[in-house]
Amino acid sequence: MPLLPLATGAIIALVAATFAFPWLEFVLTLAIAKGLAALGVAILLRGGLISIGHAMFFAIGAYATAFAMRDFGITDVFALILISAIISLVAGLLIGAFVVRYRAIFFAMLNLAISMVLFSLLSKFYGVTGGTDGLRVGTPTVLGMVLEAKGFATFLFYAAIAAMVLAGLAVNAYFKSPLGEALSAVHTNEIRLEYLGIPVRGVLLVAYGLSALLAGIGGTFAAMTIGHVLPDMAYWTDSGHLVLVAVLGGISGIGGPFVGAAFLELVHTLAAGVTDAWNMIVGAALLGVIFFLPKGLIGFIRPTKKGDLA
Amino acid sequence: MTVLLEAKNLHITFGAVKAANGVDLHIDEGEFLAIIGPNGSGKTTFLNLCTGYIRPSEGEVYLDGKPITRLPPRTIARKGIARAFQIPQLFLDQTVLTNLMLAIASREGLWQVGKALGRPAYRDEAMALLAMFNLADCAPTLASTLPEGRRKLVDIAIALALKPRLVLLDEPTSGVSALERFALMETLMGALRQAKVSALFVEHDMDVVERYADRVVVWEAGRVMAEGKPEAVFKDARVIENVIGVA
Repeated sequence: MPLLPLATGAIIALVAATFAFPWLEFVLTLAIAKGLAALGVAILLRGGLISIGHAMFFAIGAYATAFAMRDFGITDVFALILISAIISLVAGLLIGAFVVRYRAIFFAMLNLAISMVLFSLLSKFYGVTGGTDGLRVGTPTVLGMVLEAKGFATFLFYAAIAAMVLAGLAVNAYFKSPLGEALSAVHTNEIRLEYLGIPVRGVLLVAYGLSALLAGIGGTFAAMTIGHVLPDMAYWTDSGHLVLVAVLGGISGIGGPFVGAAFLELVHTLAAGVTDAWNMIVGAALLGVIFFLPKGLIGFIRPTKKGDLA
Repeated sequence: MTVLLEAKNLHITFGAVKAANGVDLHIDEGEFLAIIGPNGSGKTTFLNLCTGYIRPSEGEVYLDGKPITRLPPRTIARKGIARAFQIPQLFLDQTVLTNLMLAIASREGLWQVGKALGRPAYRDEAMALLAMFNLADCAPTLASTLPEGRRKLVDIAIALALKPRLVLLDEPTSGVSALERFALMETLMGALRQAKVSALFVEHDMDVVERYADRVVVWEAGRVMAEGKPEAVFKDARVIENVIGVA
């Protein structure tokens, strides 16, 4: 099935769903925010690296928004997104310069360790971060306009869709570029890459920075959607959740992480109203995907191509 | 003749094994140099030393008279030394065409934001290289699904895609059927001559060495035992006794 009409149809369906069920606006905005972060995780998975710490960049983006509003009086939504993106990118490059030296379990555990350090800092520095109570995020302005909460939520939903489309196009172009193909090549043969004159760590650092940038943008959207930031955003289980979203949706293309995030948020929302054991439903869904859809949920609609990663 | 690559007094030891024990060797521009010797005598180690994969405990490697001993493989590759491996080193999850295009793109650096790897210029050059090795039909095939002999050819094609000044070939005809062996070498050596690329190849097939090498170096226990024109070296009694009988 051609991808462009499919993506366009999916976006129209998203918008139509919010007209039919207005409560979906919040759920889907949050799903896109987490989908952006999961897309970042999927980028690293393409290079054979699993990060169990990427929620830290989600939290960095969220707290950057909260700090910018509280401490610097910046309220414009576009300025907040830009600031959070830059801070997440810089954090990603700094942490990435250290962690891309490692592979496999060491890479995963280092990311986890650094994210837990951030979690502790956010929890303990009460005077700065609000501790475990977190920080409130007010309703930002839009190009100088003050919107009521409902109007801003609607604006944010469409802004999240725009961010998803832009991120999708950018990451798609990256995957098709020499740098993106080199990232896939890291997965199978680092020695050959080095013998082609390609610095493997440089390739991985770009991927890590990009993944942190996406997670940070996801974080700022989440902060503005929820109106509150908490240290739990950096907790390791949230990082595991991002990996789960990426694998559940599928990492062979751009749409997978967003499909996975929407699926999980919807299951969470709908199942939580019925049972406390909603995690069981999510677990069963994951088992189903692992056994029957090795390409993830996106495998339902996207044909497998040569060179696709599972 | 201008000396292109020169190794002086290289030493390296792995446990009790002296893989390089005072190796002095050079290769001139445009020369085809063959290295022969028994398994485990240090031939591949010498290639590893020349390409920065391992560093000698003593001695230096020079390219154009400048030391390259402490440089990493990627820097040495950028200086014009390419390598094809005894066990082919491919990007197994990607197509043969992508393998080649990545090598071609690496010449210009990868930091080309917004430009696709599959652009026509790269694709055409990759297809021309594949056609040269009769691999055009393999272009859309995943590298992991290729038979060993064809993987070997792709590995060599990748090395040539870098447009090197010197190519190091580790047993280029191993894994290639006897019928295709000379055809491969004819193609390879023809391409190298045309592009004025020097070649250093480790080889066990003495017919191949005799036919294609300008000079032969005989390796034994990490040392150069003999060197010279193939016809002269192959008449050396020590070489016949210690190497050709077991090569």
